[in-house]
Amino acid sequence: MAVDTLEPRGMRPRPFFTPRKIIIYSLLFFVSVYYLFPMYVMIVTSLKDLDEVRGGNIFALPVRFTFDPWFKAWNSACTGLYCEGLKVGFFNSVKITVPSVIVSVLIASINGYALVNWRFKGSEVFFVILLFGSFIPYQVMLYPMVIILRELKMFSTLQGVILIHTIFGMPILTLLFRNYFASLPPELFKAARVDGAGFWRIFFQIMVPMSLPIFVVAMILQITGIWNDFLFGVIYAGNQNYPMTVQLNNIVNSTQGVKEYNVNMAATILTGLVPLAVYFISGKWFVRGIAAGAVKG
Amino acid sequence: MGHLSMADATLSAQSKPEHATRPSFLRNLLLKNLSAKIAALPMIVTVLVVFVGCSAWSVYYSFTNSGQLPSGKFVGFAQYERLFHTARFIGAAKNLAMYGVMALVFTMVIGFLLAVLMDQKIRFENTFRTILLYPFALSFIVTGLVWQWIMNPNYGIEKVLHDWGFTNLHFDLLNNGNTVIYGLVIAGLWQGTGFVMVLMLAGLRGVDEEIWKAARVDGIPTWRTYLQIVLPMMRGVIVTTLVIVGSGIVRLYDLVVALTQGGPGFASDVPAKYVYDYMFGRANLGQGLAASTVMLVTVAIILIPWAYLEFGPKKNK
Repeated sequence: MAVDTLEPRGMRPRPFFTPRKIIIYSLLFFVSVYYLFPMYVMIVTSLKDLDEVRGGNIFALPVRFTFDPWFKAWNSACTGLYCEGLKVGFFNSVKITVPSVIVSVLIASINGYALVNWRFKGSEVFFVILLFGSFIPYQVMLYPMVIILRELKMFSTLQGVILIHTIFGMPILTLLFRNYFASLPPELFKAARVDGAGFWRIFFQIMVPMSLPIFVVAMILQITGIWNDFLFGVIYAGNQNYPMTVQLNNIVNSTQGVKEYNVNMAATILTGLVPLAVYFISGKWFVRGIAAGAVKG
Repeated sequence: MGHLSMADATLSAQSKPEHATRPSFLRNLLLKNLSAKIAALPMIVTVLVVFVGCSAWSVYYSFTNSGQLPSGKFVGFAQYERLFHTARFIGAAKNLAMYGVMALVFTMVIGFLLAVLMDQKIRFENTFRTILLYPFALSFIVTGLVWQWIMNPNYGIEKVLHDWGFTNLHFDLLNNGNTVIYGLVIAGLWQGTGFVMVLMLAGLRGVDEEIWKAARVDGIPTWRTYLQIVLPMMRGVIVTTLVIVGSGIVRLYDLVVALTQGGPGFASDVPAKYVYDYMFGRANLGQGLAASTVMLVTVAIILIPWAYLEFGPKKNK
């Protein structure tokens, strides 16, 4: 395409305030308000004392500004069994998420690498079943997995729930890595083979350093996914390891005592904080991650 | 051959040329690319034990009268008969169907419209996308609890409306069995439409610019270009989105637990919750497994036409 023509290119400059633009931007504005107001309501509610929550309306800004609900949510909110606050759940979630992310990403990346560069008889069959497996409702596999974990002496343990996350994260992550590795030039792999490098050496010295973007995408997917998990945590982690989502639900939906809406909202924000932070920091990578996970290559 | 250690195996698979004396098929099957096979072992075990094995186990035991433990005797379709005569399950299935149809239609339509809106060469596109997508980073538990508070009949929007003088208006969806599903849909849409928008936007951007130029030259109005030319061209993205959203809907559980706990009564119960309650709460494994098998069949009914469309014709070489 000729780039350096003298004719003016692109659309004719238009005035900014055309009726069309006014409609578009006002639509976008109202949509944005709809998406933002729950966050706004959460924040203002969490900064009011209980009398003000009961007396005022949910959109009103706090008059008597207080951080007490936040401290209470973190340190001493009751789950129905004990009153040690959300911090217990937070650290449980960290203990579940960090190893789960590392193990699942590592295994899935090796899977993807083997599927692209070291095909063996039946490897594609396994991959297709794996992909279809990701559509099986978890409810079908919940109970047999309980039995398996019990046999492995891993039921109601951190290791157990980590294993579960690794298993159920495998389809989407393997797909992600497989598609990425398939897009790399095959000459790289062949040259390394000719030079005598083996399976692991090629993986760790050539493939991994070349694939950092996809590792970032996979980690973002997994951190948010595992942090937000509720079902696996409630079944496989055991009471003492309940992740933050489960604890949050127990705090807010426990039927005993006075409902402290401000504490509940502070707790809700706290639980959403980690995935939100990942989302805001990662920005476009998050978008790329969900698009890559969804749209098959 | 199980006695080979991993290091030996790696060696024999890669550096040692095969024993030329007798090429053994079995040997080849097991040892060729052995380190790749060892590396893929977690995947192979997951596929065979979890996805195939556990599903088969659940389907098998759904034909038994297992109570607390999976030890019951074979009872044929008795569990299914009971399931389809249990008002709670029928209600749960109806609720899910209602939620599913509304959620699917609205997420797709709104997601597409938002994508079109974002595609108008607007300024601050990143800002708007960030705003529309952030709920998707939040869990269903957080989503459910926020909306539970917003829709609280005593202190939520209902009260705001009354404070503003609209005493006839009501926004108490969650405590009424007839409207609670709409509450679920509203919360679900808030969480999920941004995601659909992002996928649709990727689809829109994938349409060749030449198509747009041609349509403009032919004087076709923009809305018709979107509807009659671009939309059919996005078939791939739309089908993928439908499958993802659809299989997510069948699994719907967390949102219900957080927002309504299935109530009032069983008015917002869903099959996933029925399964959970019968398996882990009521120690009626057979019922739970039968219900989960029904869920599996439902997903298969959604998936098989899609799989046929996507992969079927290619196979008929």
